[in-house]
Amino acid sequence: MKSIGKYCIFIGSLFVNRERFSTYIKLIINECIAIGFNSLVLVSIVATFIGAVSTVQTAFNLVSPLIPTYVISQVVRDLTILELAPSIMAIVFAGKVGSNIAGELGTMRITEQIDALEVMGINSSSYLVLPKVIAALITYPMLVVIAAYLSIVGGYFAGILTKVITETEYIYGIRVDFNEFTVTFALIKSFVFAFLVSSISSYKGFYTRGGALEVGKASTSAVTNSCIAILLADYLLAQLLL
Amino acid sequence: MIEIQDIKKTFDGKPILKGISGKFEKGRTNLIIGASGTGKSVLLKCIVGLIKPDEGHVYYDGRDFTDADRNLKIEIRREIGMLFQGGALFDSKNVEQNVIFPLDMLTDMSKEEKLDRVNFCLKRVGLENVNKKMPSEISGGMKKRVGIARAIVNNSKYLFCDEPNSGLDPQTAIVIDNLIKEITEEFDITTIVVTHDMNSVMEIGDYIMFLYEGHKVWEGNDSNITESNVKELNDFVFANKLMRTIRKEV
Repeated sequence: MKSIGKYCIFIGSLFVNRERFSTYIKLIINECIAIGFNSLVLVSIVATFIGAVSTVQTAFNLVSPLIPTYVISQVVRDLTILELAPSIMAIVFAGKVGSNIAGELGTMRITEQIDALEVMGINSSSYLVLPKVIAALITYPMLVVIAAYLSIVGGYFAGILTKVITETEYIYGIRVDFNEFTVTFALIKSFVFAFLVSSISSYKGFYTRGGALEVGKASTSAVTNSCIAILLADYLLAQLLL
Repeated sequence: MIEIQDIKKTFDGKPILKGISGKFEKGRTNLIIGASGTGKSVLLKCIVGLIKPDEGHVYYDGRDFTDADRNLKIEIRREIGMLFQGGALFDSKNVEQNVIFPLDMLTDMSKEEKLDRVNFCLKRVGLENVNKKMPSEISGGMKKRVGIARAIVNNSKYLFCDEPNSGLDPQTAIVIDNLIKEITEEFDITTIVVTHDMNSVMEIGDYIMFLYEGHKVWEGNDSNITESNVKELNDFVFANKLMRTIRKEV
């Protein structure tokens, strides 16, 4: 409970005594590159293969001749948009970006760089963390959209190459009974997960005490706590919105 | 001038500072000395506001910093420059970006004015043609110089140095010490240096406060520190063979 209270105070501190608006623009752009653009390759690879594996495994499980083949791509579509793209990518995002944020801030803390900012009269949490949170909120939903697209494309190629589904059936399955709200739901989840990963990782890094060992522990803790928060939020959002 | 009154600080029930008072005058190099673990760095952090003391007050030219509202605290902090033990240079910025940082954040100067000021400060600390180097590409002594340049670039009225010559060879350490003293006198600022290095004490100690187990047990200057009758101070000052030899000869 104490940690949750401290985390809430930390989040509040991001919005008080902010620096000039122009200062943040450059920082946010830099963070968008570091957080979003630099995660693109990893997210693309993971999403493509998850889509491919989903297609092959769904085909393997659908053995009844009564179920039409296009159901494979229908399952891949819904699975990807509802869960794989926003949630599994959030776990990957926490592993890559979360550990990076916690490591960076933790190192800045133990080498007194954060103290240097404080002594200058700069709100260090706002200056260092707010751009990361905003950049994550901007770029993660974009990554989710790209991941969903690549996952479905990956499933398409896997299905065609392994001959478990034809091209026409796959396209038909993707289009049939499509509920647009699933995309809205995925985007809502992506905003929530982006905030959780960036803020929890920043919190863990920002309050690191000690030396190199503690920085490592902070990075690990950032990833594990982010993953737990993602799974909890995933369940709550599903209960609330579906 | 900086004045501290009855500063007390406890960590996890263990008292670290047990009521320290003193005055640090403008234009002279004020030293806080003592063995490791006596609370020097904690006192310095209390003075600059990185740690809030449990009791006591810190006054910057009569302005109460401890109980100041947020605006006054920011105003005072923007008059402070600090050299940290490891330099605390921002890893992601080069030397020029590190030194220009306070100007970018705290002033409305034009780009040219800022660059002129940065180059002046780097030249003043004896660094030229290193503007584009990253902190990882320069030596420990150079990092300290960059740290000093960053601390004075915003025309700071108060300069704090935490162990400025730790990790440096004796020659470079003396160069850094003298640089701090010269800058203090040249810009007429209030400087407080935390150190346990006797070379620094003898070289630049205009005013010296000696701490022992959270208490101030002695204050004076570099000319009378060797004449004290305080046992704890003498144990500290004459801990090394060189100082004991000098005492015998004198």
